[in-house]
Amino acid sequence: MADSTQPLSPALRIGVGLALAAVLALVLGTLAAVLARAKGFGALGPADWAAVRFTVNQAAISAALSIAFAVPVARALARRRFVGRGLLVTALGAPFLLPVIVAVMGLLTIFGRAGTLNGMLGLAGVQPISIYGFGGVVLAHVFLNLPLAVRLLLHGWLAIPAERFRLAASLGFGTGAMLRHLEWPMLRAVVPSAFVAILLICLTSFTVALTLGGGPRATTLELAIYQALRFDFDPGRAATLAVLQLALSALAMLLALKLAVPAAFGAGLDRPVQRWDADGAVPRAADAVALVGATLFLAAPLAAVVVEGSGHVAGLPASVWQAALRSLGVALGSGALALAMALPLSLGAARSRRRGWVEAAGMLPLATSALVVGTGLMLLLRPLTNVTALALPVTAAVNAVMVLPFCLRVMSPAARTIEADYGRLADSLGLAGAARLRILILPRMRPALGFAAGLATAMSMGDLGVIALFAGADNATLPLALYRLMGAYRTADAAGAAMLLLALSLALFWVFDRGGRIDAGS
Amino acid sequence: MRHSLMIAGLLCATAAAAADRPVLTVYTYDSFVSEWGPGPRIKAGFEGFCGCELRFVSSGDGAALLSRLLLEGESTDADVVLGLDTNLTAAAAESGLFAESGLREVAYDLPVLWDDPIFVPYDWGYFAFVYDKTKTVSVPASFEELAASDLKIVIEDPRSSTPGLGLLLWVKAAYGARASEIWSELADNIVTVTPGWSEAYGLFLKGEADMVLSYTTSPAYHLIAEGDDSKAAAPFSEGHYLQVEVAAKVASSAQRDLADRFLAFVVSPEFQKEIPETNWMYPAVTPPGGLPAGFETLVVPQKVLLFPAGEARKVRDEALAEWQTALSR
Repeated sequence: MADSTQPLSPALRIGVGLALAAVLALVLGTLAAVLARAKGFGALGPADWAAVRFTVNQAAISAALSIAFAVPVARALARRRFVGRGLLVTALGAPFLLPVIVAVMGLLTIFGRAGTLNGMLGLAGVQPISIYGFGGVVLAHVFLNLPLAVRLLLHGWLAIPAERFRLAASLGFGTGAMLRHLEWPMLRAVVPSAFVAILLICLTSFTVALTLGGGPRATTLELAIYQALRFDFDPGRAATLAVLQLALSALAMLLALKLAVPAAFGAGLDRPVQRWDADGAVPRAADAVALVGATLFLAAPLAAVVVEGSGHVAGLPASVWQAALRSLGVALGSGALALAMALPLSLGAARSRRRGWVEAAGMLPLATSALVVGTGLMLLLRPLTNVTALALPVTAAVNAVMVLPFCLRVMSPAARTIEADYGRLADSLGLAGAARLRILILPRMRPALGFAAGLATAMSMGDLGVIALFAGADNATLPLALYRLMGAYRTADAAGAAMLLLALSLALFWVFDRGGRIDAGS
Repeated sequence: MRHSLMIAGLLCATAAAAADRPVLTVYTYDSFVSEWGPGPRIKAGFEGFCGCELRFVSSGDGAALLSRLLLEGESTDADVVLGLDTNLTAAAAESGLFAESGLREVAYDLPVLWDDPIFVPYDWGYFAFVYDKTKTVSVPASFEELAASDLKIVIEDPRSSTPGLGLLLWVKAAYGARASEIWSELADNIVTVTPGWSEAYGLFLKGEADMVLSYTTSPAYHLIAEGDDSKAAAPFSEGHYLQVEVAAKVASSAQRDLADRFLAFVVSPEFQKEIPETNWMYPAVTPPGGLPAGFETLVVPQKVLLFPAGEARKVRDEALAEWQTALSR
């Protein structure tokens, strides 16, 4: 493993320090600001504990199902080559990049009371199904997070060097042996952290749980925080709930750290993987079922967004296009900022003995309440500056920290592998500083960098974020413009804006993700 | 980033250019400032004569607005807050952050008598269940009929939405001690409870529910802006709960004269005439030209329900608990 325990270079130290400071300031600083305003923690009632139970249950089940479905899909994508595979990998990522309300509306077109599925069931004389309730919340969370799970696991599969598969094939491994000796160790290393990432996302669920939950039974922690701040004007209780949310997340991360067993496949020569074990009829059929099933499940609601919106894009008012431009600026800015934090953090973590801590700190933004961060930020920034005038840069900066965990999830394993496989060679050659970055790290990390940049920009593009709390009349982003259209009865324009947002997010993701993989060999 | 910095720079530059003019900062909810809301025209109208800059700062809805003001306290940048409703004014008044309006003898066209010294009403509307006339034929005429029917409704959560809170108080005002029973009977009609009005209305238009909690004025949008007369509000025999939206002057404001002039502007015809077709509510003072064509088709409730501000504050926690218990079963 990458236990070179070399002292970090001063430049890297500074980078790690700055990135950690930004994360801690945003996560703990904003919480402290809310707490300071409240003059102490507030007590929780029985309803709050019921919210904790519901939140944890739905998040655990959503994350488990997302991973369970992702395993066969990622395996199929890892061992099959077909026309349009690259496009499929990109397009399947879309649900994860969308603003939640757009995804929910797309899901309802398919699974809703008046949706396509119930229409077909009705024709077949079957009782309609209802998406509203615990099942619907889980369904939506799986829809939103399956793509992330697939991509994280796919990276795990692709990180197994082709040489191991060649050796396995020459030893006559069948599917079972392949699973036992190569794929299972990889999954043991990758699944716990992927599970926790999705768990944390679902722990902070608000719009999905509320819209599809069917009633007050589906009260999440984030809604309890809303209630504390907006209904009861009790910032102390909001702070307590936010701390509880952080503590639950920390617990989950700790568990993942304990459960993850690092895989040690060693270095390869970046040859294309060939899977002789997957040639039989059964594996072929299994892969086909996984791919077709996932594609239908993920693509149908997206197709609904496209069908409903594409006719209304051309007629969108100028202000929506301006909002789209602003959003592109915010997305590119926060993407650059996110990579600038993720690169030193992932490299520092790979070479540090306190890797777990650095990575855990990098995951913290996932565990925060968006409302507490926004409120705290407003309290912190308002005495210093005009927050409305700075709404866009502040949104970009906050988005950068919020997407940092995803960048780290992608870049950390890559950095660790590079250090493990080439670190000693590079050390012995005296390759350090900028030269090490240029010759060793950046070229080998390019696919991960591209993927991370794609995720960061696209997510920042699609996320409503803190702009909702800071915006003035003239600086709306595209997601905010979409909400404003919905709030002004303009449903057709809102559908057009949703389509535009989907297209732009996907385009950003595709450009960076492709850019990272072109000529990258593997 | 560069783009956002550029925009920030531009914004700073315009702010600097306007530095010689005093700035009146108005906190309001998001749909007010949007291009389709009243904001842009109100800004142009007031700046036309005030010799000042009117700056809107938006945050969410009425409850978000009050929560922000309470958090900021006396150091707030707000000179005027516009967008609270009568369910929030008691907490707002109690905070001591607002000053008396000084407006006397305004001839309001409200369905209730208005004598609040602090809060100045600028528009109002009745909560109502809106449905599609082409799809729903037998329309319930009360909560009890609705509960007994197979109709599906979508409502907003009172904890995160002002219409949601309005519905909670509507049922409480109509049924008092029986409110919890009504909610239990309504439980199987409720498809889902959304975070806000936009999500609920979106679900209704998608066909996910037969009726949605909105306003009696909602059909006016479809009729006037879309030429679509298929939407209607169901009149309920218990009466309809009233929402009165208000503005108020912040006591710590350094621009008190401007704030006074703005509040006077709020009840003037120039402001009021913009309300019906941008905020889709009734103006607090009917402008000389009357209401736009189409508003005469709207349902007018026989009975008006409204808790006085202080009572609304007292009753809402109990009403919320009843609602939660009844719908969690």
